[in-house]
Amino acid sequence: MIRKLFNNGKNQTTFALGAVFLAVICNIILATQGINNSFVVSLAFLLLVSSLYRLNSSSVATWARVFGVVSVIFGVLPWIGLSRLDYLDVATQIALFATLAMGLNLVVGMVGLLDLGFIAFFAVGAYTWAILGSSQLSEIWIGFAGLPGWSFFLVLPCAAALAGGVGVLLGLPVLRVKGDYLALVTLGFGEVIRVLLNNLDKPINLTGGPRGIPSIHQPFAELATTVAQWSGIENYRLQALAYYLLTVLIAFAAAWVFNRISRSPIGWAWEAIREDEIAAQAMGIPRIRMKLLAFALGASVSGMMGVVFAAKQTFISPDSFDFNQSIGILAMVVLGGVGSLRGVVLGAAVMVILNVQVLKGFSSTLAALKASGASFMGSSFTNWPPELEPSKYERLLFGLLVWWMMIYRPEGLLPAKRPIFIRDDNHVA
Amino acid sequence: METSIGWQLLPMTLADGLSLGVMYAIIALGYTLVYGVLGLINFAHSEVFMVGGIVGVELLIYVLTPTSLHPLIQLALALLGAGFAAAAVAWGVERYAYYPLRSRPGSGSLAPLITGIGVSLVLMDTVRLFESFFGHFERPFPSIAWFEETYAVSEHLILSYKSLVIWGLGGGFLALVHGLVNRTRWGLALRAVAQDTHAAMLLGIESRKMVVLAFVLGGFLAGMGGVLYALQFGKINAFSGFVPGIKAFTAAVLGGIGSIPGAVLGGILLGLIEMLAGTYLPLLTDGAIGSEYKDIVTFLLLILVLLCRPTGLLGKPKAEKV
Repeated sequence: MIRKLFNNGKNQTTFALGAVFLAVICNIILATQGINNSFVVSLAFLLLVSSLYRLNSSSVATWARVFGVVSVIFGVLPWIGLSRLDYLDVATQIALFATLAMGLNLVVGMVGLLDLGFIAFFAVGAYTWAILGSSQLSEIWIGFAGLPGWSFFLVLPCAAALAGGVGVLLGLPVLRVKGDYLALVTLGFGEVIRVLLNNLDKPINLTGGPRGIPSIHQPFAELATTVAQWSGIENYRLQALAYYLLTVLIAFAAAWVFNRISRSPIGWAWEAIREDEIAAQAMGIPRIRMKLLAFALGASVSGMMGVVFAAKQTFISPDSFDFNQSIGILAMVVLGGVGSLRGVVLGAAVMVILNVQVLKGFSSTLAALKASGASFMGSSFTNWPPELEPSKYERLLFGLLVWWMMIYRPEGLLPAKRPIFIRDDNHVA
Repeated sequence: METSIGWQLLPMTLADGLSLGVMYAIIALGYTLVYGVLGLINFAHSEVFMVGGIVGVELLIYVLTPTSLHPLIQLALALLGAGFAAAAVAWGVERYAYYPLRSRPGSGSLAPLITGIGVSLVLMDTVRLFESFFGHFERPFPSIAWFEETYAVSEHLILSYKSLVIWGLGGGFLALVHGLVNRTRWGLALRAVAQDTHAAMLLGIESRKMVVLAFVLGGFLAGMGGVLYALQFGKINAFSGFVPGIKAFTAAVLGGIGSIPGAVLGGILLGLIEMLAGTYLPLLTDGAIGSEYKDIVTFLLLILVLLCRPTGLLGKPKAEKV
């Protein structure tokens, strides 16, 4: 009987909307009561994310889906976020990493090319804005104080094009070889970018070396000042909100483009290459050109997010672009489901929440235990070495997750749906 | 003036390059053995190497250096211990990461690669955590005076005993593997499986056993290579495997992946090229390009080889079967 109740389309819509509503209420209560326990907060956040996913299943009416997603992402979250910046920060990071994961998914999931240096393109974008939008170049170019904040919006597409170009340059020699080699070449490429970022402070100071580039211009600084004057909300809160809205907009645009392109002849060509390269070639698919396209598209989205990242952080150093980051994004893709757009966004959300909230929560709990001088099984927490900090388990967590997923659930949390050309409408969930 | 300094550095650079090359060759053999049998790049191999190095160094620090054995015997025991430990890890990796994937039909070629990365991260962090329990991170190779003694061949070529030991042992290992693969029945079976798994199985060779053999043999070698690495560079930590791993893979590709003489040739060539680049790039550019750029040279070499001769120097071009 329950099954019948839920199979009814109208009930499904009501149920899913109700779930979202409940999750929103939970989050609002948490935010307004000032509850800071990161486990509770991350649980509430996960609830919100999963309820949004529930809402987006195929049996829910379209108006409800649009209404739910828009009101949560553009209404509830910014509203909570203005008083609770940590909420906004997590949401921004989810949108940022979701976009990166979608870009990587294009390369790994659609075309089946394993790219282990994906963060390098992100670095290209970030350093483009960091170098142009700060006084970094003043040593070489006397009197150059960096581009003004508004030019950020000009640099954004330029950096995307630049990252795409770097992708093509790397791809041209590399995509001719077999997939296995590609993984290692991209791994090496990631290392090369890291070496370059660390060492290009001499003979001319381009990247600032290991110290990175500080005080990068903020594109929304002036806008936020103006708005702050009449709204009475602090400047930095408004800026955080602006970055949130910008990342979310880029994420939605990327999702839309990727969704469209995967259903176009280009997407079919990619899938054909993934399934059988030789057969695809025999069918007249320009193999190299198609691979390059995917590579460039993924890279340019990543580069664009890099620009946003640099502007948001106002300080970048090579540490933000190491191998772990590349693997982290790969883990998001694998967790969510290789090739599934919805999946990788979920993967990104889960990983960010795990990383930002849960692990940090463990860390602060441990720090509190240390400070209180409590002991566990005779050994005092105070004596625990700092290396045991849970926030440093990131790598172990990624590794175990990827290993476990590949063996027990290789299709991910939300498996990609294979394109079905004859719809089976009698199928009952 | 500049050039004369450059020439004076050449013999030592070549000697160091040879030490590095021997190490790369030893790691590259592990990649090539597994690739030959399974057609799979074992990403976790670099961590097997690291585990071996750590185990060997810990053995030396806590067990062997307090004894009054001859340094060479100490080293030999540490090498054996490291070899067995690394072989055990390699066996575990095959058993718990790659075998479940192979036994499940229909998993693509991406799955083993991603799993390998996962395993490699887990190994890295497990070792790091284990060491941090004791408050350690970087493990120094214990200072044994005997290894630091030198033998001056000429004014510009002063060899330490440790280089001689690395060359001797490295050469010995490589010869041993060559003999094992080419002269014994097990080696014959291994080559048969590498050539055609199904035909080998029809002839009664247990291909699964041969796969395990390739992993274990490669792991044993890598473990001993890890100790030699610590001996050469004086220290090792949980993240030491990563970069040598990429380089050794480059060496395997350079020589022709799947080919055992190729791995040796590629390893030694790469070691020499890297050391030459590290010494001469700063000299030739007046310090504008530091020796850190040697990694980039390695990487460019990999791309160049893949472009011009994807089968490597000694690999035979093979038509892909459809």
